[in-house]
Amino acid sequence: MSILTLFVVIPALMLLGLWLSKSLNQVRGVMVAGASCLLALSVWLTIYFVQQRAAGNTDVMLLTASTPWFKPLNIAYSVGVDGISVVMLLLSSIIVFTGTFASWRLQPLTKEYFLWFTLLSTGVYGFFICTDLFTMFMFYEVALIPMYLLIGVWGSGNKEYAAMKLTLMLMGGSALLIIGILGIYYFSGHTTMNVNAIAAMNNIPVEIQKIFFPFIFIGFGVLGAMFPFHTWSPDGHASAPTAVSMLHAGVLMKLGGYGCFRVAMYLLPDAANELAWIFLILTTISVVYGAFSACVQTDLKYINAYSSVSHCGLVLFALLMMTKTSCTGAILQMLSHGLMTALFFALIGMIYGRTHTRDIRYLDGLMKIMPFLAVGYVIAGLANLGLPGFSGFIAEMTIFVGSFENGDMFHRVCTIIACTSIVITAVYILRVVGKILYGEVKNPHFLELTDASWDERVAVICLIACVAGLGLFPLWASNVISDAVGPILANIL
Amino acid sequence: MNYGQFLHMLPEASLVLALVIMFFADLMLGKGKKKVQTLGMLMTVLLVAQIVSCAFVGPAEAFGGLYVATKATQVMKIILTLGTLLVVLVAQSWLERDAEKLAGEFHVLVLSTLLGMYVMMSSGNFLLFFLGLEMASVPMACLVAFDKYKNRSAEAAAKFVLTATFSSGVMLYGISLIYGTVGTLYFNDVAGRFQMLFSVAHYQPSLLLAIVGLVFFFSGLGFKLSLVPFHFWTADTYQGAPTAVTGYLSVVSKGAAAFALLVVLSRAFAPLTEYWEYLLYIVIVLSITIANLFAIRQSELKRFMAFSSISQAGYIMLAVIGASQMGMASLMYYVLVYVVANMAVFAVINTVEQRGNGSTMMSAYNGLYQTNPRLAFLMTLALFSLAGIPPFAGMFSKFFVFMAAAQQGSFLAYFVVFIALINTVVSLYYYLLIVKAMYINKSENPLPTFTTDCATRVALVLTIAGIVLFGVCSCIFDGLFAFAA
Repeated sequence: MSILTLFVVIPALMLLGLWLSKSLNQVRGVMVAGASCLLALSVWLTIYFVQQRAAGNTDVMLLTASTPWFKPLNIAYSVGVDGISVVMLLLSSIIVFTGTFASWRLQPLTKEYFLWFTLLSTGVYGFFICTDLFTMFMFYEVALIPMYLLIGVWGSGNKEYAAMKLTLMLMGGSALLIIGILGIYYFSGHTTMNVNAIAAMNNIPVEIQKIFFPFIFIGFGVLGAMFPFHTWSPDGHASAPTAVSMLHAGVLMKLGGYGCFRVAMYLLPDAANELAWIFLILTTISVVYGAFSACVQTDLKYINAYSSVSHCGLVLFALLMMTKTSCTGAILQMLSHGLMTALFFALIGMIYGRTHTRDIRYLDGLMKIMPFLAVGYVIAGLANLGLPGFSGFIAEMTIFVGSFENGDMFHRVCTIIACTSIVITAVYILRVVGKILYGEVKNPHFLELTDASWDERVAVICLIACVAGLGLFPLWASNVISDAVGPILANIL
Repeated sequence: MNYGQFLHMLPEASLVLALVIMFFADLMLGKGKKKVQTLGMLMTVLLVAQIVSCAFVGPAEAFGGLYVATKATQVMKIILTLGTLLVVLVAQSWLERDAEKLAGEFHVLVLSTLLGMYVMMSSGNFLLFFLGLEMASVPMACLVAFDKYKNRSAEAAAKFVLTATFSSGVMLYGISLIYGTVGTLYFNDVAGRFQMLFSVAHYQPSLLLAIVGLVFFFSGLGFKLSLVPFHFWTADTYQGAPTAVTGYLSVVSKGAAAFALLVVLSRAFAPLTEYWEYLLYIVIVLSITIANLFAIRQSELKRFMAFSSISQAGYIMLAVIGASQMGMASLMYYVLVYVVANMAVFAVINTVEQRGNGSTMMSAYNGLYQTNPRLAFLMTLALFSLAGIPPFAGMFSKFFVFMAAAQQGSFLAYFVVFIALINTVVSLYYYLLIVKAMYINKSENPLPTFTTDCATRVALVLTIAGIVLFGVCSCIFDGLFAFAA
């Protein structure tokens, strides 16, 4: 058994522990213990991975293992990690850890909440460690369905509508994925479901690839909030409870980008080359449209959700640019956006928990009342608009430099249009920061509010440390990633 | 004649014996609640013995190909007997409350329908097939009418009888046309003669006749499977029948018919594959789509489950496309998973109906999680399994029937799979409506907290174990795949 299986076993044990626990303290204990184990495991994995690479291990995937599962159908439980999965696992662990603290005081039905939350994270971890199409797909769906109950039961606002819309759209995406997976399996000679093995065979005819590529790319693209399939995202994020927004924007949306790269582009390389232009146009629209939409929203969560559409659009955009630099930038952007958005949603949740409104028209002068949260918010905002020293700058810089390496007119124009999003991002971030944090406190009721409690501080400080850490020391991450991007791109180009 | 051949029919023989035992037990035992419980126990024991007897009989052929038992039929008999066992367990609380005097008849009727299905599945001849089918559907009508003084049971039974006889007539006509074309009723011979006929150019008219026969035969079975456009009786019958019987109709009866259809199509009609595949494409797309659209509007849970079961029948039919080993295996697997998931739902419906003054409306489930969290949780798992959400068994069975259909390879098959997949999203919507009722909707007067009776609890434990384990434990599917060869 590979050590990677622990990433699924620990959440499974957490589920069991939660099931058996009788009191709130036990529930919290199980969550903190489990989330810490996962965090420690992924930190260890990252260090191990870097050491292995430094020692000259050049295998495409490390820690691989494979156990036949459904033998007659060539379905196996096969695991393995490359640089991309390593950083994604690290990201997931950070978000799960901080998400636990962000929902420390959640009421009611705390136990059930954490049960579904843990099931969701099981799916996420499983997806990132697996290299078998069926198993990946299974974990992908495991990650989707708990969202319905998490939003529907514990959400706020128009939650039933949002939960249903989100679930159905994402399941629609996964319906497209099944077609694509069946196509890849049968037309590659139905001998294996293993991603690396199929990529190595590379024997699917181009015409067939062109049929199934859109299915898979759109299937994952729905989760990556690609225009025009992004509409679930603002409603879903706005209605979800804090930790769920964090996990969803922080990690779940990355499943989309990861899947597009690892499955759609890696396994159907010829189609990726020929059809990339269609999706480049769509993602360019996502980037700019998301940013503009964020400018006119008045609900803090909607602003952030549209900002996520814009930034996740940038991930897919960079992947489709298909240069080594831009793809490295895309993965860096996943990492950076995951951390930033989680921080943002955590802070919004904490502010909302105190003021009971997220409407920026009714919020003002929070810097005086809750300085800790307000400073955190400013930092998150600056990271989001790409200030050097934070992770956002590193990622976007890499993306745009990489994209500009494509010499032709079409790619250059797309890049220039996408670049404008940097300016627009600054507009909506500074507008919000100025409006809600500075100025006079007009609502006397706000004066009685308190600053962050200890559990909230844990979550916020962890995330800020990670955002700044990635911004100040980006080289290790970008080395790990570019090292993994190479083999995949070699298959495409 | 070699009477030793009867030994090959051990599952049927032991079932007849069980029937006789049940009949005499009903006569001998006294009256009252005690009797119902004893009969229930006896029935459970008999069915378990039945499963064992099926498990130990090898594949056999008797009476010159009239009776054919392969490994697959034996496995299917085990699956259906398991389904019947679940139905009987679920029925206990209802029998004790509402049908105390008739408990014996209930069990005898259930056993005789099961016998009919056994015969239908292992027949190698159209005539025996038809006999089995009738033996399965006539006692079924009595079961549907079981609550005849209450509810709409009598109406449901009338509708069931009329459509059942009508469809039998249609099917018989189809069989006669086939006999007219090829002059034999044995499946293997029919296939051989078809092959011979079509290889001669001037026999084209007989091809036409054969196709008409095929269509009639298919429509007859379509009624039993309640595929669109032969589904009109389903909703009313499901709603009116006692809940346990509805479960029996939707699970066991449907599973047997689907299996028999696959056997007949792949054996007798193998030379006509290109024709019946088109029939299937049309019927699958219609069944899944129309049933899903109707299911969305239902507020009565048994009607709702009726439409859900129509669309599930469409999914089962996907496995028939291609008629391969994969198809056979995935069909049996789908039926197995469907048996446990659907019976879990019906067990909950039955419990809520018994405890909540007979209501099967969806509004009765509002706020169920507040008062009966465990029951609501089990219902959620069962619904997720029906909708095809991993890690529950339903997702695996759905994926495998899609694989079986896609294996056929043509783009039309992919298109049908695509339509079916889009429909899984629609079906998720309406399954989630029930989840929403249980978890999110508030209720003025929710059902009081209650504890379920012993039999129901056993049924629930069995079904939930099935829902959780049948998917993840790959040995089940691997075994079925080996038997399907």
